[in-house]
Amino acid sequence: MSGGTWKHAPGFYEGDRPRIVTSRFEYEDSFTLERYLATDGYKGLRTALGRPATDVHDEVKNATVLGRGGAGFPAGNKWGLTPQGVWPRYLVVNGDESEPGTYKDRLLMERDPHQLIEGCLIASYAAGLSQCFLYIRGEMALAQERVAAALNEAYAAGYVGKNILGSKFSLDIVLHWGAGAYVVGEETALIESLEGNRGMPRLKPPYFPAAIGLYGQPTIVNNVETLANLPWLLQNGAPAYTAIGTATSPGTRMVAVSGHVNRPGVFEIINGTTTFRDLLYGDEFCQGIRNGNDLKAFVPGGGSAPWFTPDQLDLPFEASQVGPAGSMLGSGAIMVMDSTTDIPRAALTLTRFYAHESCGKCTPCREGGTWLERILSRVVDGKGTDADLDQLFEVGESICPGAFPHASNEKLGLAAVPFPYRMNTICFVGPSAYAPVHSALTLFRSEFEARITKRKLISVTAVGQ
Amino acid sequence: MARLSEDNIRLAREIIGRYPKPRSATIPLLHLAQEQDGFVTNEAMSHIGELVGATSAEVYGTASFYEMFKFEPVGKFLINICGTMSCALLGAEELMHHAEGRLGIKMGSTTADGKITLERAECQAACTEAPCLQVNYRYRYRVTPQDLDALIDDLSSGALDAEIPAHGTVATVRQSIPADRGVGAVDPDDVTEGPAWLDGKAAL
Ligand SMILES: Cc1cc2nc3c(=O)[nH]c(=O)nc-3n(C[C@H](O)[C@H](O)[C@H](O)COP(=O)(O)O)c2cc1C
Ligand code: SF4
Ligand code: FES
Repeated sequence: MSGGTWKHAPGFYEGDRPRIVTSRFEYEDSFTLERYLATDGYKGLRTALGRPATDVHDEVKNATVLGRGGAGFPAGNKWGLTPQGVWPRYLVVNGDESEPGTYKDRLLMERDPHQLIEGCLIASYAAGLSQCFLYIRGEMALAQERVAAALNEAYAAGYVGKNILGSKFSLDIVLHWGAGAYVVGEETALIESLEGNRGMPRLKPPYFPAAIGLYGQPTIVNNVETLANLPWLLQNGAPAYTAIGTATSPGTRMVAVSGHVNRPGVFEIINGTTTFRDLLYGDEFCQGIRNGNDLKAFVPGGGSAPWFTPDQLDLPFEASQVGPAGSMLGSGAIMVMDSTTDIPRAALTLTRFYAHESCGKCTPCREGGTWLERILSRVVDGKGTDADLDQLFEVGESICPGAFPHASNEKLGLAAVPFPYRMNTICFVGPSAYAPVHSALTLFRSEFEARITKRKLISVTAVGQ
Repeated sequence: MARLSEDNIRLAREIIGRYPKPRSATIPLLHLAQEQDGFVTNEAMSHIGELVGATSAEVYGTASFYEMFKFEPVGKFLINICGTMSCALLGAEELMHHAEGRLGIKMGSTTADGKITLERAECQAACTEAPCLQVNYRYRYRVTPQDLDALIDDLSSGALDAEIPAHGTVATVRQSIPADRGVGAVDPDDVTEGPAWLDGKAAL
């Protein structure tokens, strides 16, 4: 194996829990074909090819494998949305991981690339997809190297390419990589980028690339973690898969918890039952807030998600409970803020992100995001006015009309506004610029007001002297 | 400093051949050009246009959308310091100030000797290891100001030249599909039938 640094990225903790996608992470050489084959690798593929494609598709449907890229749509159902009789169909793997707080797909690509390749093969076989494009974020050099090396090994050994394992199933998997643009993670932008264009989301409808995608053909876009579940699923069967987690959120999920906890880390957790309190305070997870501080707030599902406070700690990792509570699970990313956090400034780091990543296609996002950033910066710098706080809401309304979701808060006497929101934009980048501002201002308004009052005091003094 | 070299043309043709439509190779070829010259030159963009069947304006239109492509020389080492939430909560701003002070340049600029370019970056998918940075897209985790000083010393002395290729090279391992194993890409317009294995029977 030439070139590349083979040192593992840190952050993952095993724990004493069932492992579906991280079972090989304990091995230093987990990314090699040799280790993969020694640990049941490509057995799920063999099982799949021993059955008709529709059977394999049914197995995935029965397991309710929820998409792990953000929207949580069941993979088996998505594959069924391709129109009958339209050929060819493609698979595009979304490895563009760049939602703030999200750190899991990179680990899955670096540490177990063959598992992902096997997942691509199973999905393509089941859904009749004739070519697979594996799109990895441009800035992830090691992930690209590991997947390239794994593909080279897999081609040579007959697991990818013509007549796989001597069967009538043939599939090319092409490694493709991006060049730095967050919005490309949105599935229609990903397809534009893969066609060699600027990565701008496409106008909807059609809502699903499953109908019209790459080169106008039916295209399945799936997240890396979603596909990484398939080898285990095929080997162990849907009943074993659904025996873990809950009926509506079966299996496990990769979750990254970052920020002000004692042990930030990436964990494979049991879906549906693990609570935020378990994650933030549990011994096997993050072991509490740093320096014994109090928890102030946390972002439960990636930078786009409305914020929670300690009031929501006992919610489980279950969309049907987190949605009504005013937020979303998104991409499995929790960012924790302790009592020392400067809330307006923290919100600014996210709003600035989404404002900068706007592709500029729709006005509310392009203009609104910039406005939000500008006003919020002003407030953070102590140069804001009372009118600025109202204006933040007004600009937000132009992006997302109507009530915007937020969590309940006992101290403030607030009832939750459930997810989702309405939006005037093509994709979620615009609303995501507003989400942190809205949450911060709704739940911690006094911190913003303090910054404005301070300014008033300063100017009064200045005039008086 | 210009069009793609003979070796790179050969690689470019191989890459183009993997896609049903040549234009899909645009971004990979831009990376190839940046690897060759350290940044993307106008000559390379028109050459890429010829290879994939696009005008050089179209190639530039695509290239300019993406953060990683540079159109003028940058330092041999591009240091990207993450400033998004998880890193900001754990000292990213301080790290940026420290880097600016140490190198005597502002974020977004290059040292006079052309060695190091400093940039503010967004979430690098290493949030649990905050604050973090990348040097030519190679990670450094939980970086303290002292770590950063040591890193800059090593970059300046050449101690990391073997580990970190000069700016332009991202991955050092390439995919290569053996001629006898590859299925080959087909223009979707030439496909009328579903795949052979969808015949209701097991493939094996
Ligand atoms: C702005 C934006 C960025 C996104 N980024 C990613 C990403 O980096 N990775 C990902 O898998 N999905 C991302 N998504 C979600 C994808 O559009 C898509 O829903 C997902 O890849 C589908 O795969 P899944 O069904 O397996 O989850 C993003 C969505 C939006 C709106
Ligand atoms: S919401 Fe923003 S990023 Fe998304 S399509 Fe519109 S302008 Fe582009
Ligand atoms: S916020 Fe810095 S790596 Fe994610």
